Amino acid sequence: MSKVVKLKKGFDINLAGKAKQELAEFSTPETYAIKPTDFIGIQRPKVTVDVGDQVKAGTPILFDKAMDQVKYASPVSGEVIDVKRGARRKLLEIVIKSDGKNEQEKFDSVDLDSISREDLVSAMAESGVWPNIIQRPFGIVANPEDTPKAIFISAFDTHPLAPDFGFALQGQAEALQAGIDALAKLTSGKVHLNVDGSKNTPDVFAGLKNVEINKFSGPHPAGNVGIQIHHLDPINKGEIAWTVSPAGVAQIGRFIIGGVYDASKVIAITGSELTKTAYVKTIAGACVTPYVKGNLNSGHVRVISGNVLTGEKIDMSGFLGFYHNQITVIPEGDYYEFLGWAKPTTNKLSYHRALGLLSFLNPKKEYVLDTNGRGEERAFVQTGVFESVTPMDILPVYLLKAIMAEDFDEMEELGIYEVVEEDLALCEFVDVSKHPVQKLVREGLDLIQYS
Amino acid sequence: MKFLRDLMDKQKPLFEKGGKLEQFYYAFEAGETFLFSPNHTTGVKGAQVKDAIDLKRMMITVVVAMIPCLLFGIYNTGHQHLLAVGETAALWDNFGDKLWIGLQLVLPIVIVAYAAGGLVEAAFAVIRKHPINEGFLVTGMLIPLIVPATTPLWQVALATIFAVVIAKEVFGGTGMNILNVAMTARAFLYFAYPAQISGDQVWTYLGEKTAVDGFSGATALAVAYNAGVDNVPVEQALAGHNTVLGSDMFSFMNMFIGWIPGSIGETSTLMALLGAAILIGTGVASWKIIVSGFAGAYLMGLVMNLFAVNEFMAMPPQYHWVMGGIAFGIVFMATDPVSASQTEVGKWIYGLLIGMLTVIIRVTNPAYPEGIMLAVLFMNVFAPLIDYYVVKANKTRRLQRATV
Repeated sequence: MSKVVKLKKGFDINLAGKAKQELAEFSTPETYAIKPTDFIGIQRPKVTVDVGDQVKAGTPILFDKAMDQVKYASPVSGEVIDVKRGARRKLLEIVIKSDGKNEQEKFDSVDLDSISREDLVSAMAESGVWPNIIQRPFGIVANPEDTPKAIFISAFDTHPLAPDFGFALQGQAEALQAGIDALAKLTSGKVHLNVDGSKNTPDVFAGLKNVEINKFSGPHPAGNVGIQIHHLDPINKGEIAWTVSPAGVAQIGRFIIGGVYDASKVIAITGSELTKTAYVKTIAGACVTPYVKGNLNSGHVRVISGNVLTGEKIDMSGFLGFYHNQITVIPEGDYYEFLGWAKPTTNKLSYHRALGLLSFLNPKKEYVLDTNGRGEERAFVQTGVFESVTPMDILPVYLLKAIMAEDFDEMEELGIYEVVEEDLALCEFVDVSKHPVQKLVREGLDLIQYS
Repeated sequence: MKFLRDLMDKQKPLFEKGGKLEQFYYAFEAGETFLFSPNHTTGVKGAQVKDAIDLKRMMITVVVAMIPCLLFGIYNTGHQHLLAVGETAALWDNFGDKLWIGLQLVLPIVIVAYAAGGLVEAAFAVIRKHPINEGFLVTGMLIPLIVPATTPLWQVALATIFAVVIAKEVFGGTGMNILNVAMTARAFLYFAYPAQISGDQVWTYLGEKTAVDGFSGATALAVAYNAGVDNVPVEQALAGHNTVLGSDMFSFMNMFIGWIPGSIGETSTLMALLGAAILIGTGVASWKIIVSGFAGAYLMGLVMNLFAVNEFMAMPPQYHWVMGGIAFGIVFMATDPVSASQTEVGKWIYGLLIGMLTVIIRVTNPAYPEGIMLAVLFMNVFAPLIDYYVVKANKTRRLQRATV
């Protein structure tokens, strides 16, 4: 039975710099990188290539010694030019210079009707498409040896300035269907595809079969897959569910159909500091320089891979994250402001009416937000706010306090298995006391996972 | 504001690590962040933008909400004084004199409360090396509003210091405390120096002058309580009280507006409701606590009516809303987010019980004519217990889901 869920709690951060619904031409990036830090839960990354090696799209370049079936593949063909390491030799980036030919490794084609689940899993793990599958709880790359109780796909993104998947995945209906058929073989339960109930379902999703289509509507985080799982089939202790992004499903589908590792995707180039905001067809791990350089309308900016709530700060010459479908460029906020906390203003965005008292007069206003920390960290004082932006039956403040206290039983009982960072990202935004909520959530998950 | 910023930047190295005044860093930091919102930016991972609100803004909103009570209290202090000594009869006569007298009495209390508490706050910040908590902005204003205008200044200072240290700093500062700090200050005064904060003589400032013949300084609650003892209908007792100052001093309307003797800021239900409107409108205080608090008092008043064995118990329940400090207490003290119940369901229960307890204490306890102070402190202690069961219900729901 497909479900219709209307959510009320939450908050849409309405930013300036939305991507226009058109595919724009930018110059093609020259370098691409796989960042092991994108894959949460990777424990002992091992690089299988050296600087100077030639690789094709789909050549394995990395694996996790703790889960060695799963290969991480090069997104393009070319030469490995750098293996960057940080403090204590932590692996940061494997950089590949594209040769522009886009040669692809050829894998055995997969016939979904006849292949066994076991062979399908090993073929996917070998090809490099497997890391698209994320395991809940913990939000880590799924273990091929597990069988999830269900697989969830959120077909819309409610994050600030997020891309419209209906537009970004145009023409991918066949690949999506193949991806879903493959996923359906992996789970003992259902595959859920959750679409935005407030709009017409985009054509690419409307025609999909072999899948349970549910409708969710409401403000952000209605599009977060974690919220959707909570309302469809919540995760209890000991259970495992998998999630895949629509772009990931399409990539798996292209592997099933063509036997290739095709990491191309359409991402949104967004943010108030860009002159041209649009969609662009690119490849996972692309260097963002061509999209940003020469496209800025101000000088002092922060480039973010992903969205402003859950994304990661990167350099102007940084790389698009494996799971990210957008780039956001906003002003850097490293300035002092005289009586900044007291001044009446209409240019600052606040969820709280103590600052945005009259904001209801202008609900469509688009804000330019910068990266200023907006005050200092304090003890928890205000109550009831986190609950009002978290559309789950969860008490975020109590959960966070349990994490701070490292109280394992309490964390479990309060529902830590149901959340990852992004589900409580809004709490971090609205927090009066400026706690690093997402960092805390990850610390709690790490404690549980590795204990 | 460039010159101020330059000044700050010039002094900053003195207070930073290795500077001469390193140990006073947090005192400097408090001043700096008060003048200038700091320039730190969000981290590499996680939320890249932050909501514009901070604790300073939130706390100052509460202070703004108290301003109507403060202004009313200042004028009422002068008004009650001139009434008592027989120099005025009408409300708006001698406007300037009343304001001046009120200011002379109230401002020193405000200044002493802020200074004493601020010093303790700064001392703890420097010694314990943590930032100065904005919570004191509110506490420093609350304390003057809940003491009589005649309170000796040294008592104000002592009570403030006691409350900030014992009720807050020993627990780790704002956000960690169990009891409402301002209520603790008042409770301290009440039990340590009852002569200056209870009885009939302390609510109206007389100064060098003598009161008019037949003047009584009793509060409405005391009158109502004595009506219960003497078995006179409360409304009749209130109407017949202090007729020398005008016949309807304790009429329902006059008590609602607040032209009656009492602690500085708590006499006016109207101004407290105005503050409530600001607090609820800005979302700073929980409307659930405020609504359920008033509802609880009314309900308990009705219950008292049902089982009335004396006239005080038979008093119409709405009188409980306008007498004493219940409105001020529910709006500004019960809603303190740190010491109140922190779960949404818990807030309903917490507010309701505060209202009910207030009326129970008022009506049944012969020693304390006012109940809100003890009710709030009592429920502060019980709020974690309420939350415990609300949180437990949440856990149970999760557990049941797993086993079904």
